Amino acid sequence: MSNLHDLYQEILLEHNNRPRNFRILEDANRQADGYNPLCGDQITVYLRVEDDVIADAAFQGVGCAISRASASMLTQSVMGQTVAKAEEIFEGFHALITDPDADVDFDLLGDLEVLSGVSAYPTRIKCAVLAWHTLTAAIEGKGDSVTTE
Amino acid sequence: MSTTANTFDVARIREDFPILKEMINGKPLVYLDNAATSQKPQVVIDALVNYYMTENSNVHRGVHTLSQRATDSYEEARTKVQEFINAKEDKEVIFVRGTTEGINLVAQTYGRENIGPGDEIIISAMEHHSNIVPWQILCEEKGARLKVAPINDDGELLLDEFENLLSPRTKLVSIVHQSNALGTINPVEQIVELAHARGIPVLLDGAQAVAHVPVDVQKIGCDFYAFSGHKLYGPTGVGALYGRADLLNAMPPYQGGGEMIRSVTYEKTLYNVIPAKFEAGTQNIAGSVGLGAAIDYVNGVGMENIATYENELVAYGTEKLSEIEPVRLIGTARNKGSILSFVMENAHPHDVGTILDSEGVAVRTGHHCAQPLMDRYGVPATVRASLAFYNTREEIDTLVKGIDRVIEVFSR
Ligand SMILES: Cc1ncc(COP(=O)(O)O)c(C=O)c1O
Repeated sequence: MSNLHDLYQEILLEHNNRPRNFRILEDANRQADGYNPLCGDQITVYLRVEDDVIADAAFQGVGCAISRASASMLTQSVMGQTVAKAEEIFEGFHALITDPDADVDFDLLGDLEVLSGVSAYPTRIKCAVLAWHTLTAAIEGKGDSVTTE
Repeated sequence: MSTTANTFDVARIREDFPILKEMINGKPLVYLDNAATSQKPQVVIDALVNYYMTENSNVHRGVHTLSQRATDSYEEARTKVQEFINAKEDKEVIFVRGTTEGINLVAQTYGRENIGPGDEIIISAMEHHSNIVPWQILCEEKGARLKVAPINDDGELLLDEFENLLSPRTKLVSIVHQSNALGTINPVEQIVELAHARGIPVLLDGAQAVAHVPVDVQKIGCDFYAFSGHKLYGPTGVGALYGRADLLNAMPPYQGGGEMIRSVTYEKTLYNVIPAKFEAGTQNIAGSVGLGAAIDYVNGVGMENIATYENELVAYGTEKLSEIEPVRLIGTARNKGSILSFVMENAHPHDVGTILDSEGVAVRTGHHCAQPLMDRYGVPATVRASLAFYNTREEIDTLVKGIDRVIEVFSR
């Protein structure tokens, strides 16, 4: 098994302790809730999308360190990006955490790279992707609720 | 009661459970998820193998010898369950898939027949979803109401509040004997007494209790008692529902099919007598035989010995965990057993579970199928270490070491 420190890297813990954009976005025009019934993780992702660009992103909710850090980094990485670009980032991120051998574009992912340790913990992948599925639901305007199950 | 010191050799008992030799992430397995399912002793595994190798056949239907062998083994298993919970007659034991099916059976037969609009069913605030949802379904269908008896912060049922809920509208009480999330052992005899004083029948969810405390359904006086074999060191997919014969006789059947009938014509079908009336279709014969073997095994160890040993272990664990500052125990009832449920400051249960797993320690993290109970405590989830009689003090020490590791990781 890989070292726990690969999973719980400093930057991840720092995002867990002080999540970025952890607030309700009053002027959001897209939002969605995500829920992981297995562990009770719950998240709301808020977006303000203007002309196909994510002008602002924020989240609220409760969850483990991995889901919180992932959500926190998500808001940072999609902020100011086009919707298409955000979807591309998700794709790269998904490959990063599910396939240790994936050929991913680290420039695209930035800080998200610290979540690569998750790939060694199959039971935790859902924690890391919850915010992202919720982001997709928000972008697609599905409105209410996605679950990991 | 004998002391455990001279009758209880945990090292020898561990030898009976092959899986306890497994290595997890390079460390010896410390299995503390017994409330989810317990491990199986070699004799149970052997009973399944032996059944399939020398007895396998369908029961009750064949004239051939093998069918008779299978039938004998199946019915012998029923008698073992009867004696284990001290039911008056073996026909009061119905084989089911597990606790969940046992409760649903009562809801869909006794419940549908006896509960109507405006009637009330009482449960407690510490129920597993399987003792909540079947009643919600029934209430929805019948226009009945589900009432929840509250608990205090220690996780103890408030008996006087429970009593206050009992009314002429109350048609059934269904309460957990031992909580899977808190470990609380409920005062079931008092509950039954209070309910019976008003003519209200009582179902007990014995999923946890049956593996940890001696159960005597006649002494408790309950009308129904449901449990799962897999939490009692037996196989998955089999369990038992005890029901008082007079109630079972009066109840309509649960499922229709083979075995549960006496005669079938297109005009009229006559149902079989109990227990066959409630055992439609081919049952989990091998599983039942395995459950019988598990009962023989725990009888050999002795339920009193098991309870005494586990109580010492849970007291030791409680003491150790209480010394760790960021740990808060959830469920501190005076009468509790086998469960150490807790949350940690700064570390989510899910993260605690992953870090403990890296030390070989298997615990459960989540809501333990008791979301309303988690809401009661204002936590989304807990970490739950649940003990069995093959666990040791050294394993509790490993758990504590793992928790220290959590603190170390999360204080960076
Ligand atoms: C208290 C309690 N009731 C009911 C159940 C359901 O048991 P099963 O899933 O075996 O039907 C469980 C199992 O977790 C339990 O702990």
